[in-house]
Amino acid sequence: MLSIKNLHVSVGDKPILKGINLEIKAGEIHAIMGPNGSGKSTLSHVLSGKGGYTVTEGSATYQGKDLLEMAPEIRAREGVFLAFQYPVEIPGVSNIYLLKAALNSIRKHNGQPEVDAMDFLTLVKDKVRLLEMDEKFLYRAVNEGFSGGEKKRNEILQMAILEPKLCIMDETDSGLDIDALKIVSEGVNSLRSPERAFVMVTHYQRLLDYIKPDFVHVLAHGQIVKSGGADLALELEEKGYSWVEDNQAAA
Amino acid sequence: MNTATASRYAAEYQTIAPVLPGQALPWLKALRAEALMAFSAHGFPSPREEEWRYTNVSGIEKKLFSPSLSLTAGDLDSEWLKSYQLEDTWSVVLVNGHFSAELSNLTDLPSTVSVMSMADALVKQPDKVEKYLGTAADQSEHSFIAFNTAWFTDGLFVHVPVKQVLNKPIQLLHIVTGSDAMATTRNIIIADEMAEAKVIETFVGIDNAYLTAAVTEVFVGSNADVTLYKMQSESDKAYHFGGSYIKQARDARFTHHNFAFGGLLARSDIHADLDHASECELNGLYLGVKRQHIDNHTRINHLKPYAISRELYKGVLDDRARGVFQGRVIVAIDAQKTDSQMNNRNLLLSDDAEVDTKPQLEIYADDVKCGHGVTVGQLDEKSIFYLQSRCVDEETARNMLTFAFANEMVDKIKIRSLHDIVLEQVLARFPQEGVNKEWL
Repeated sequence: MLSIKNLHVSVGDKPILKGINLEIKAGEIHAIMGPNGSGKSTLSHVLSGKGGYTVTEGSATYQGKDLLEMAPEIRAREGVFLAFQYPVEIPGVSNIYLLKAALNSIRKHNGQPEVDAMDFLTLVKDKVRLLEMDEKFLYRAVNEGFSGGEKKRNEILQMAILEPKLCIMDETDSGLDIDALKIVSEGVNSLRSPERAFVMVTHYQRLLDYIKPDFVHVLAHGQIVKSGGADLALELEEKGYSWVEDNQAAA
Repeated sequence: MNTATASRYAAEYQTIAPVLPGQALPWLKALRAEALMAFSAHGFPSPREEEWRYTNVSGIEKKLFSPSLSLTAGDLDSEWLKSYQLEDTWSVVLVNGHFSAELSNLTDLPSTVSVMSMADALVKQPDKVEKYLGTAADQSEHSFIAFNTAWFTDGLFVHVPVKQVLNKPIQLLHIVTGSDAMATTRNIIIADEMAEAKVIETFVGIDNAYLTAAVTEVFVGSNADVTLYKMQSESDKAYHFGGSYIKQARDARFTHHNFAFGGLLARSDIHADLDHASECELNGLYLGVKRQHIDNHTRINHLKPYAISRELYKGVLDDRARGVFQGRVIVAIDAQKTDSQMNNRNLLLSDDAEVDTKPQLEIYADDVKCGHGVTVGQLDEKSIFYLQSRCVDEETARNMLTFAFANEMVDKIKIRSLHDIVLEQVLARFPQEGVNKEWL
């Protein structure tokens, strides 16, 4: 689904990613772990098309297409979804309006007619129940005045309704208490499917207790320094990031 | 100062004086004469006056607007009228400054409540008008007030007695149809102790160059609650002056929503005097396109302790439009424990758009909580990216955010039918693709 080859990315003159290679197939869950400043967030931003980054070398191919050439909204319509570490508050735009705008953009992109108003409402209300959210959230402004947990739940709600193919989750566990973490994880787990892939960017192992990854990659100084199965996350938790960083320095 | 203009108006005055309401009342005759003298000596306000430094009204001075001597409502398009007249309200409709009984609706008014035209009030309740007229709007403030006092042809008079809570809003629909016409109206709203009222002022006109000069005086009694909405959608060529002057008694609550959309040059004054523990909320939204000049001038006078004021004005300026916000909060030496917050946020959509914003705090007491904030900027790039990541293209995202910025103020309107009319006006002024009304 996504093939990243030798990806180099700079911010200004400063290289952040220095040759990332990653193959992600449909149905897989990949966890990208790493210490602060390793380039984790840069990777998720570059894949979703945020401005301010320069790709100096390498490629990212999504479903056979050059991902890096696409505008952010085209990536989103093609099925790439970024769950933000810090979801943005948008006063004046209601949640349900944005959901409708987003869903209809995807449908238009795929040559389908606008969603029927009643069908849409049924769909949205189903997903709201799934995430144990109050229906009132739909009519409130996007993320405005939401708690940290509510914002993250709202991201998962959007994901559940837009049904993306590739979900990039940037530090989804940050700022979540244990109850919110459970609900968010259950939401993500319910979206697991053979057609859908997840990239979970996280600093801590804790999220991976709830969402079991197939692969764990450790990012340090802009490179993937170690890859392995779910066990690698546990090993990291025990030994700390200095363990892989030291290994890299020794190599 | 342009006294030549003033003397032209003074000469014209003789033709209209006989038909002005209240000619039989010596006190009003004297008040008008005094006002005419003040205006003649001064002319319209000049940018050399501090409170008018960003707004040059010489465009008004170049023309000679003529008042209409009687009601001329014959050729109003009823569909057009319907798009502004709210259902389920008591309404007073003024056409070219004169009351139209035919277009107004004053049926089923509780017998204790007065809602009538000012001309009517001057016949039926002259003592009450005398007691209030000119006591909230200070003639020496600037010459538009004097101009209004001298020339007003009619207006709205509302009196809600003690403990009476109105179950329907009152609408003042102010329409100007003539070219080079002038509509000078004076309104009084009185809510006695513990009364509640909602009043909507709607200013509209046919596509012509005309002058509106309206003054509204509001008296909110002790523990009373008054909400005043103003929607100004004058014609693109029109000049608008509208002043609201409010006196709040102890524990009185007053809320103002000011939607300034129309006019080539428009100026609103909202000045409130706050007594002990009263609450005042001023909300405003101004949208400017093309070469519009829209000025909002607010003043909140904290005269006594424990009063609370909240103010939020938002502006969106596109093309070569210019917005002005002058907000002044004055905390008198006795007004300890004042709690005041003033904010002005502006969005500039073009390089040629301009905003002049001047928040002022004047604090003479020493135990108060006062704050103010001003922003002038473009749309937030983080928000644009967030929307893009949710499938929305950049241009639509920009339009959506612009709309959202304005819509925050529209959403504060509690009267559904008014909300929808104001929303239509906002959407009409920013017609770009991006906001799908059916989804709102």
